[in-house]
Amino acid sequence: MDRAATLVVLALALAFPLALQETYYLSFASRILVYALAATSLNLILGYGGMISFGHAAFVGTGAYVSSIFIAEGVTSAWIGWPAAVAASALAALAIGAVSLRTRGVYFIMITLAFAQTMFFLVNSMKAYGGDEGLSLPARASGLPVDLGGDVAFYYVALAALGAGVYGLHRLAHSRFGRVIQAIRENEARAEAIGFPVYRYKLACFVLAGAVGGLAGVLLASHGKYVNPNVLHWTQSGTLMVMVILGGVGRLWGGVIGAAALLGLEDLIANHRVEWLASVLPNYQQHASLGVGIVLLAIVLFAPQGIAGAFARRRRA
Amino acid sequence: MSWVLILEQFLNGLQFGLMLFLLAAGLTLVFGIMDMINLAHGSLYMLGAFLAAALVQATGSFALGVLLAIPATAAIGMLLEVSVLRTLYTRDHLSQVLATFALILIFNEAVRIVWGPDMPLPMPAALSGPVELLPGMFYPAYRLLIIGVGAAVAVLLYLLVARTRIGMLVRAGASNREMALAMGVDVRRLFTLLFGVGAALCAVAGALLGPLLAVQVGMGENILILAFVVIVIGGIGSIRGALVGAVLVGLVDTIGRAFLPLLFGLFFQPRVASAAGPAIASVLAYLLMVVVLYFRPRGLFPARG
Repeated sequence: MDRAATLVVLALALAFPLALQETYYLSFASRILVYALAATSLNLILGYGGMISFGHAAFVGTGAYVSSIFIAEGVTSAWIGWPAAVAASALAALAIGAVSLRTRGVYFIMITLAFAQTMFFLVNSMKAYGGDEGLSLPARASGLPVDLGGDVAFYYVALAALGAGVYGLHRLAHSRFGRVIQAIRENEARAEAIGFPVYRYKLACFVLAGAVGGLAGVLLASHGKYVNPNVLHWTQSGTLMVMVILGGVGRLWGGVIGAAALLGLEDLIANHRVEWLASVLPNYQQHASLGVGIVLLAIVLFAPQGIAGAFARRRRA
Repeated sequence: MSWVLILEQFLNGLQFGLMLFLLAAGLTLVFGIMDMINLAHGSLYMLGAFLAAALVQATGSFALGVLLAIPATAAIGMLLEVSVLRTLYTRDHLSQVLATFALILIFNEAVRIVWGPDMPLPMPAALSGPVELLPGMFYPAYRLLIIGVGAAVAVLLYLLVARTRIGMLVRAGASNREMALAMGVDVRRLFTLLFGVGAALCAVAGALLGPLLAVQVGMGENILILAFVVIVIGGIGSIRGALVGAVLVGLVDTIGRAFLPLLFGLFFQPRVASAAGPAIASVLAYLLMVVVLYFRPRGLFPARG
């Protein structure tokens, strides 16, 4: 996306809460922003680094749980809980990445998945923090210059986080580090032969993505004032992966477009009744994921490059 | 802790492992020959269980219902392969993940629409009691049936893969697909057939485990991941690896769940032991995989030379 388009999108996003009457859509938009951040962080390792991680929910979940546990224990300041949560996610990514990155291809996919599942089961058995029923928070974190309790304030915080994330990804992709990462994706043996410490570069990239994923997790738990083990379930990793693939793997806006498209589609089917469809299938809105599944399948079969890819192709033609 | 208890848990582990093998066998061949990640394999397991429940209800006979559900699931599996999955073989892993993830959503909702979120699948009355295996040791008859069927299917599958012409083609495809193609093997047709067999095995596992676990939407998703763990441990594309991996995972998972809390009780306070025991037990299978991959990055029995 070029500069003008970016500015228009940013202006629209900034003006969005002002034009809105209903709080439902404000909350919904915040959810999209948070998922967009999570998907963008996955896109860094998946698209730019070529590491197909099937366990990104582990880092999102770590961020969500650690920040929530701080609040549940009475430490409500965001200045303590949030950095701790992000650091915990980075640490988890360091440990998981250090082992996983020694494997290749399908084995890497499976080992990241296995680690995420391990954490899912561990969180499930944390009886002190709700176990499988999850953890409800009395309030969002405090201490920020704006009162996070308000939906408008939360929206802008999430928007700022996503903006920083996308801008950071943009700068990173054009930095020396980003070039090396992309070179490794294209040809690992060659990058190694040139003399780059491939393993260390990949691990650094993995940890960075884990930390940003952790921040998304913090916002996710804060948004719903609730967290349960399902944020670590493998279908959550799958959903994030689907968002990235849908939006465009290795494209700057891939994660954002994918999150907006997937969540938007779900909402569209579930909350906007189409009369002619309802006359054929009376209860179709209760089965929104059937529609989502069919659309996803159609995209794989007919638009292999994702949504961003389809637009890019048209522009070039 | 008596030896009877240990033997009982050993049999439970064997029973779970054999059912995992039925799922993993199809998955490992699909993975090995076509290099295709099929997340929808668990959906066929769910479909098999629901079809069995519906057919048992309709026919009034457990055996008849299950026997009818197997070919029905196989037919749906082959239809799926011909209509959707076939076009995915040449695509990258990401497209396969996206497409088969979409299939999970579609199958889950379709089953929910047709049958609702869950279905009863009662155990046949004749098998619901225990039998005395050894003097003083009773074991549920139904679980023995599962072990028997699982072992029989494993032997059949082994003979099919190791002793028949079709099995030879399958092994050739798994160890080097291009070479097999160049030698004139019709991998496309072979694969549709193979997919049908895989779906049938899913149905057997789903129908037999149905009375023990619950027949519900989403039942395929957790066991699918365990099946992936099994084939990665065993080495992708290897039937022998799948069998060894499945029994290993089944035993480790079951015995860990039964005895880790007791073991922890010896060393820690009861409160800690009752919390940590089940937690560690439920991740033992995954830890096993991590350890195996660390020492043998291609699994225990790699199919490709």
